[in-house]
Amino acid sequence: MGLLSVSIWLPILAGTVLLAIGRDENAHAVRWMALVAALASFLVTLPLVSGFDTASAAMQFQEKLPWIDRFKVQYHLGVDGISVWFVLLTAFITVVVVISAWEVITERVHQYMGAFLILSGLMVGVFSALDGLLFYVFFEATLIPMYIIIGMWGGPRRVYAAFKFFLYTLLGSLLMLVALLYLYYKSGGSFSILDWHKLPLPLSAQSLLFFAFFAAFSVKVPMWPVHTWLPDAHVEAPTGGSVVLAAIMLKLGAYGFLRFSLPITPDASREWAWFIIALSLIAVIYIGLVALVQLDMKKLVAYSSIAHMGFVTLGFFIFSELGISGGIVQMISHGFISGAMFLCIGVLYDRVHSREISSYGGVINTMPTFTAFAVFFAMANCGLPGTSGFVGEWMVILGTVKANFWLGLLAATTLVFGAAYTLWMVKRVYFGDVANADVRALADINRREFTMLAMLAAAVLWMGVYPKPFTDVMHASVTQLIRHVGQSKLN
Amino acid sequence: MNAMNWPAIYPELLLLVMACAIAVVDLFVADAERRITFWLTQATLIAVALMHFVMFDTERSVYAMQGLMVSDSLGHLLACFAAIACAVTVAYAQPYVGPREMLKGEFFTLTLFVLLGVSVMVSANNFLVVYLGLELMSLSLYALTALRRDNAMATEAAMKYFVLGALASGFLLYGLSMMYGATGSLDHQRVFEVIGKGQANQSVLVFGIVFIVAGLAFKFGAAPFHMWVPDVYHGAPTAVTLLIAGAPKLAAFGMAIRLLVEGMLGLAPDWQQMLSVLAVLSLLIGNLAAIAQSNLKRMLAYSAIAQIGFMLLALTAGVVSGNTLSAGNAYSSALFYMIVYVLTTLGSFGLILLLARRGFECEDITDLAGLNQRSPWMAGVMAVFMFSLAGIPPTAGFYAKLSVLQALVTTNLPHHLWLAVFAVLISLVAAYYYLRIVKVMYFDEPAPEGAAPAERPGVHALLAINGGAVLLLGILPGGLMALCTAAIVRALAS
Repeated sequence: MGLLSVSIWLPILAGTVLLAIGRDENAHAVRWMALVAALASFLVTLPLVSGFDTASAAMQFQEKLPWIDRFKVQYHLGVDGISVWFVLLTAFITVVVVISAWEVITERVHQYMGAFLILSGLMVGVFSALDGLLFYVFFEATLIPMYIIIGMWGGPRRVYAAFKFFLYTLLGSLLMLVALLYLYYKSGGSFSILDWHKLPLPLSAQSLLFFAFFAAFSVKVPMWPVHTWLPDAHVEAPTGGSVVLAAIMLKLGAYGFLRFSLPITPDASREWAWFIIALSLIAVIYIGLVALVQLDMKKLVAYSSIAHMGFVTLGFFIFSELGISGGIVQMISHGFISGAMFLCIGVLYDRVHSREISSYGGVINTMPTFTAFAVFFAMANCGLPGTSGFVGEWMVILGTVKANFWLGLLAATTLVFGAAYTLWMVKRVYFGDVANADVRALADINRREFTMLAMLAAAVLWMGVYPKPFTDVMHASVTQLIRHVGQSKLN
Repeated sequence: MNAMNWPAIYPELLLLVMACAIAVVDLFVADAERRITFWLTQATLIAVALMHFVMFDTERSVYAMQGLMVSDSLGHLLACFAAIACAVTVAYAQPYVGPREMLKGEFFTLTLFVLLGVSVMVSANNFLVVYLGLELMSLSLYALTALRRDNAMATEAAMKYFVLGALASGFLLYGLSMMYGATGSLDHQRVFEVIGKGQANQSVLVFGIVFIVAGLAFKFGAAPFHMWVPDVYHGAPTAVTLLIAGAPKLAAFGMAIRLLVEGMLGLAPDWQQMLSVLAVLSLLIGNLAAIAQSNLKRMLAYSAIAQIGFMLLALTAGVVSGNTLSAGNAYSSALFYMIVYVLTTLGSFGLILLLARRGFECEDITDLAGLNQRSPWMAGVMAVFMFSLAGIPPTAGFYAKLSVLQALVTTNLPHHLWLAVFAVLISLVAAYYYLRIVKVMYFDEPAPEGAAPAERPGVHALLAINGGAVLLLGILPGGLMALCTAAIVRALAS
């Protein structure tokens, strides 16, 4: 068993054990077991970065075993500089999620923890699969625990949100399945993603494949106009569900663009780049404006996520090192920041049971420590220099301006809109006089909540002040990807 | 070819002998000791399954009964799974039939006769023998459906089943007689040769094949010949529904392979076209109608129609512009699909049986409400079955769908590609109603009068094994796929 296999199967196994032995009576033991499992799963991913050879663009920590002989499917795992950070991010966020649910979830704790641990293993699987079918299996399987999480522990409209989430994403991925089978046929019976990277294809086939992949990944990212499931899912999901959705699941889509669309259909990607860039800019500008008028804090952060992910796809499709690296940095940073913002909303929701902005006001008077964190994450969300939010946005804007000044200018409007909707929310919720009795009765965060917010704050600061370790690891892989996209595959 | 070759049909002989023996033994058994009949039946079924399993590994086809029967890997594989399906059915059904005055010798004897019919069909080498097996199976099923004879719904279902089934048998027989008229033989190989040489009258052949396909579609329950499926699934006692939904599907598949592939591969362009129409209609009607159902058994009936449609898609991809290179791939995908489907259906109906108790049938979808809170294990198992039917990894149903889609895509014909796209899009519709079951079990609050699983440790364990098998085949599907491929390749080679 290699490191990657352990990273995948350890949480899945732990989650299954929790499902099997957990009862409502032993909820406390279940919580500790879940925490130990999540921490152990995170620790085993650390050697992936410490042992990573930054000079090489090749897949590392590879594992290869025959899996389904009939279709020559292999259990092939490996990470490169692009995917390795997401493995860590997934395991890290799972620890945070387990901590965040500690006293909040009181019913069927074992199923909640089990679902998140299994989900974590599956998502690590998505990021490390190098076989098309293996990727697909992990990609689809993540829907099941998330569906259960939203539907069981969610808000009043949880059933609607769970169905919408499942069916929307399933539609996209089913089209991708046909694309994978087509590639399997075209490559003479291989499901290996690395083989597909080398496969020459005519432009018509590339375009069809590109749009099949686009169907799967754009829904997941999500890009305008297929984003409508996200606000629903975010609002209805329990805090942990929102955190995982925003921090990792959205990244599965963006990662798919890097692993499939760009290298497998480079010519079609260049042909249709204008289309993706247009959708991304609509996401940045229009969704930014939509976020401005939201009354529900979770919805606001959900729309802000869509706008930020628009930045990611924009960065990818300007085909420069700055753009792609910036997009990846933005993905990781958004994982920390949006996760943290949902946790902050969760902290308030647990106390007041409302997500409406109008239910709050003057929280700083009763929860000073918490407000410090909340304002810090809000600043990071607007891209304040010194936080991770700045690095990614700045790189993408710089890359875009180099490619086309006007596009860069449009993209840069996010600095205005992002600041507007985030800071306006901060003003209404945290500052001013105490608005009502609920707010007056608020107690500041306890040590558990402090721990989880501090963990994320540290990550955001580290990435903002010293992003070099992140960009160093991805440098070689991104360079190779750009070289690859630059070459035509039209026979 | 002309030898009797008894050893090749030992499993069928055993079945016949035991079916009669059990009927006699049951006469001398009091109601309280009917356990004896049950265990005798189970022992027979397991012995038959084992015999088929041992005989599976034959490289060459062996002919028996003067060429009327064939003993090959395909037949043994199908019969083995059919025997397992019957054994599982009887095990799930035993606690159910008792309180409903169906626990009589007939239940066991008729079940064995159903299996005998299935075995005959899947290893027939002659048109008439196929028909004989079909009738044996069908008549036993009609009788079983009406076993609860004072239940109005069951008798009505039996009547419908009988009338429509007889009509279908008539279609099939008429088509077979056309074939006989055109080719002068009832023997599969001989018909195959005559068609291959192009000596037969083409219009008679095509006319015949229309009737044969229609008859087959009736037996499969494919649209537009699906009318009986929802009524029979709904009306029959759940134990019998389970039986109808299991082994006979494998038999229908075996019959399709024996008749269409082994007998009339030369006419593949014709019947492939018909099957693709049937497949598209079944997928559309089955999936759309299933959404509207509030009765669990009816929903599963429409889902069965849709699943059959999906399987038929693979049968349309066997012969591509006159060459049979992709035949092995296509038919083994269909076979894999069928086996996985039967395995999953057994479990889902088994769970419905388990949830039924005296005076309470678990029939409405809402009866499952909050099952997760009453019995997390059973809810989990049912969720696995539903995700498998919807084709979501990591369950066996995903690989079943994958292999069928793969068979379509690798023909590289535009219309097969569009069929694949259509199939995945309609799967999205299907996902909705399977997810609804999961939703009811997990997200809804339990109703006070809702279903609670009966205390049956044995059935619980069997269901868990059944669910585990579906999940395990989802993680390691390679073994069963290899078996299916071997069976089909050997059947095509002979």
